[in-house]
Amino acid sequence: MSVVTSRFGEAMTTPYETIIGLEVHVQLQTRTKLFCGCPTTFGLPPNSATCPVCLGLPGALPVLNRHAFQLALRAAAALNCQIPQRTKWDRKNYFYPDLPKGYQISQYDQPLGGEGYLDIPRRIGIIRAHLEEDAGKLTHEGNLTLVDLNRAGMPLLEIVGKPELTSPEEAKIYLEEMAGLMRDIGVSDCRMEEGSLRCDANVNIRVGDEVTPIVEIKNLNSFRFLERAVRYEASRQYERFQRDSSFRFGKVPKQTWGWDEVAGVTRPQREKEEAADYRYFPDPDLVPIRISPEQVAAARAEVGELPSQARERLASQYGLSSYDVGVLMGMGRTAIAYFDRASAACGDSKTACNWITNQVAAVLKETNTTLDAFALSAERLGGLIAAQKRIGLSRQQALDVFAKMIAEPLDADAAISALGVTVVSDDSAIVEAVRRAMAANPKAVSDYRKGKKAAANSLKGAVMKELRGAGRADVVDRVLQTELERHE
Amino acid sequence: MTAVLCLQRLARREISASALLDYYLTAISSRNRELNAFLHVDETGARRQAQAIDHRRAKGERLGPLAGLPVAIKDNICTANIPTTCASRILKDYIPPYDAHVVNRLREADAVIVGKTNLDEFAMGSSTENSAFGPTRNPIDPTRIPGGSSGGSACAVAADFVPVSLGSDTGGSVRQPAALCGVVGLKPSYGRVSRYGLVAFGSSLDVVGTLTTDVADAALVLGVIAGPDPRDSTCLRESGEDYFATVEQPLTDLRVGVPREFFAAGLDSEVEQAVRTSLSIYERLGAKLVEISLPTSPHALAVYYLVATAEASGNLARYDGVHYGSRITGTNLLELYEKSRGAGFGAEVKRRIMLGTHALSSGYRDAYYLKALKVRRLIKADYDAAFQRCDVIAGPTSPTTAFALGERANDPLAMYLADIYTIGANLAGLPALSLPCGKSQAGLPIGFQLTAPVLQEERLLRAARMLERQLRAKP
Ligand SMILES: [Zn+2]
Repeated sequence: MSVVTSRFGEAMTTPYETIIGLEVHVQLQTRTKLFCGCPTTFGLPPNSATCPVCLGLPGALPVLNRHAFQLALRAAAALNCQIPQRTKWDRKNYFYPDLPKGYQISQYDQPLGGEGYLDIPRRIGIIRAHLEEDAGKLTHEGNLTLVDLNRAGMPLLEIVGKPELTSPEEAKIYLEEMAGLMRDIGVSDCRMEEGSLRCDANVNIRVGDEVTPIVEIKNLNSFRFLERAVRYEASRQYERFQRDSSFRFGKVPKQTWGWDEVAGVTRPQREKEEAADYRYFPDPDLVPIRISPEQVAAARAEVGELPSQARERLASQYGLSSYDVGVLMGMGRTAIAYFDRASAACGDSKTACNWITNQVAAVLKETNTTLDAFALSAERLGGLIAAQKRIGLSRQQALDVFAKMIAEPLDADAAISALGVTVVSDDSAIVEAVRRAMAANPKAVSDYRKGKKAAANSLKGAVMKELRGAGRADVVDRVLQTELERHE
Repeated sequence: MTAVLCLQRLARREISASALLDYYLTAISSRNRELNAFLHVDETGARRQAQAIDHRRAKGERLGPLAGLPVAIKDNICTANIPTTCASRILKDYIPPYDAHVVNRLREADAVIVGKTNLDEFAMGSSTENSAFGPTRNPIDPTRIPGGSSGGSACAVAADFVPVSLGSDTGGSVRQPAALCGVVGLKPSYGRVSRYGLVAFGSSLDVVGTLTTDVADAALVLGVIAGPDPRDSTCLRESGEDYFATVEQPLTDLRVGVPREFFAAGLDSEVEQAVRTSLSIYERLGAKLVEISLPTSPHALAVYYLVATAEASGNLARYDGVHYGSRITGTNLLELYEKSRGAGFGAEVKRRIMLGTHALSSGYRDAYYLKALKVRRLIKADYDAAFQRCDVIAGPTSPTTAFALGERANDPLAMYLADIYTIGANLAGLPALSLPCGKSQAGLPIGFQLTAPVLQEERLLRAARMLERQLRAKP
């Protein structure tokens, strides 16, 4: 029995456990292809980004793109993979029209990434990560099949995960975490719609001591498809399991199915013409690669802090709630660095986190910019937060200063004086205003005194209105409370 | 006429590049129909190049080291806008969009590309009978084969169709036809010359080599084509040397290794006699003969036919009728593959693809392919050990002289034995050379093979030139 969460959010109990392993293909963010100088630009006219090498013309030879290798190494380091001292290239032989050489250059028995893991935050094992070239794209038009080889030779990192995911939701989270990590470390832009992130899922279920045969689902072109396809497939397998006693692991070979999003079902795929013997052998056109300890150290340094490490540190170092940590991490690693700097500048990490996950995030979204390109530096934001506290800016005043600081390269004090923001902190003036506000809002006062403490908020608004928004917030709070309690 | 002599005359303006080309084109037109050395003669292109060189020479421009020299190219080396068929029906109409690295180098040196020479289909064979476009004949005796697979290139030089041609050597394909046609065939170290644009057969064995009338010409041409190329990852970083500048300098204290395995059963007695005579010439020149052993050499043939065919099975997968070359459609994809490849490849190519596919298939890979790789390392270790005791290794190039056309056509194993002395150098990546060392009573040429340690082309050429001068000085 297993408890999972339905798409509507409520917990459902299924009479089986789902076993999921993902094979993720990540297209590396290089300027040129893996073994030739053709551009990797998406969306070029068919066959325009090709040359003798990626067309597989007679006599052409591959030459490794060093940058692709470096990115792959960085990814392997980020996935905590064991990195060998030597790696090599192998040919995977099969016939298909999207494969111009009749073989794919891949890595067979010495991948550049060995066993590793990804914390999502539960630790999910990685079996291996290897570099390989992509195939071309086929388009069917009536009786014709058209071949576009722009994609042939694109650098792909295949990351094979252990079958340790236990629910469709978890599979989706794993893929999202993987994509976020690859983006964060500059390995891939992971755009599923452009094919730079692709995923196949191996799914089977366990019922008691019995296990069903593994089905590999291809064509999972979005996070949502992955989740839906896995859920459908697991229930389909359970249905089959119940009525067919031969539907057991080992009795049926592994099958390849596809996801039909329109119908919302998985379907068996036509088997490729070739049998599964790929006759791997070392590619004699490429030389094996030695990986030095310095290269591995450099790759690890490029990765920096892993999301799992950041998650832990944000909680322990700043005492942020897991909710805040989640929202901040959702904004990517640049947001974490921004937060670190803003916190250091103001000394109030909770407030800094609120500003970043609310106001800053909203502005970025509105203006469609990234944090790297954001006009307000973390240090200046920290200055604003510190000034707000020191001077006692109201919420609205702080927002005005924030906008001013985005528009002009001023520090907080300069922006405050430029805006002419003043703060009334004189107790007697505030007492006057509080009394006037209370006299004008007897209902709120009586509500408060009946125990509806929230009524204080509307009274505070009225006080601020009396003070034209310039009341020092902490003083207003203190005086209002005193006045309300006085006549109790 | 040697290339060196041609270039001297051109430089002294005793003859123009156009007139020299005419001389060779006339020879080709009078005898190529009979010998079938050329599959394609690019008369127009060659004349244009020769005229351009004459024009530039007249203006006093600086010219390349091979300016005006006619050169033929084996038809498995890509030439931009000139057909490159690999003597296969499947590439019958294929015209590459780019020049191979060696062709680039020749063009930069201002050589004149005359045309493309015949070969065993995809360089698979030792007689040039496996060509889809008919066999090449031996110019010394046209009832006989010229050797192979660079039979067209060897024939072209022997028949005086060109002073120089390029071939490729995967298991002896330059040296064995050189021996059988009575010319000099040089196979450089693996990686000394870029393979970019050489249509792959056995990628870990393939090397572009030269066919010339003498050793000095081989040194001259190697100097032009050797050296690093960033487009070939297996091409060595070491720059080529000016082999021509040193080739006339004899080597002193030379130790010539004589492997006892190369004089065992199967060696024709006339060949053995000629080779031993050459060995005694070395002794007369002050060299020391050292008996050596290459104990794993009896396994070389088996290793070669596993490694080369395994690599070939992958290399030839691209000829599938989908992307280029000839296509025969069927009712489905599998039929298209089967029909295109079935009709496109000849029997020997199919045999080798099947051998290689089998050697790599699951369940056999360990016993065949991986074991072959291990034995290959042992063969290389044998050579390393031998070179501790000698500077070059000498022996026959081919166990026999040229055999008759059709004689071994139905006996692939007998045909494979033609490479028995040459494949070791390919498996170990060593430079090796064949030079004519005499003739049989029937007047057929006999080849003498020298092998040197990796990248020791200079030593190899100087050692060969020492012998060649003595052999040619004889009446
Ligand atoms: Zn390309």
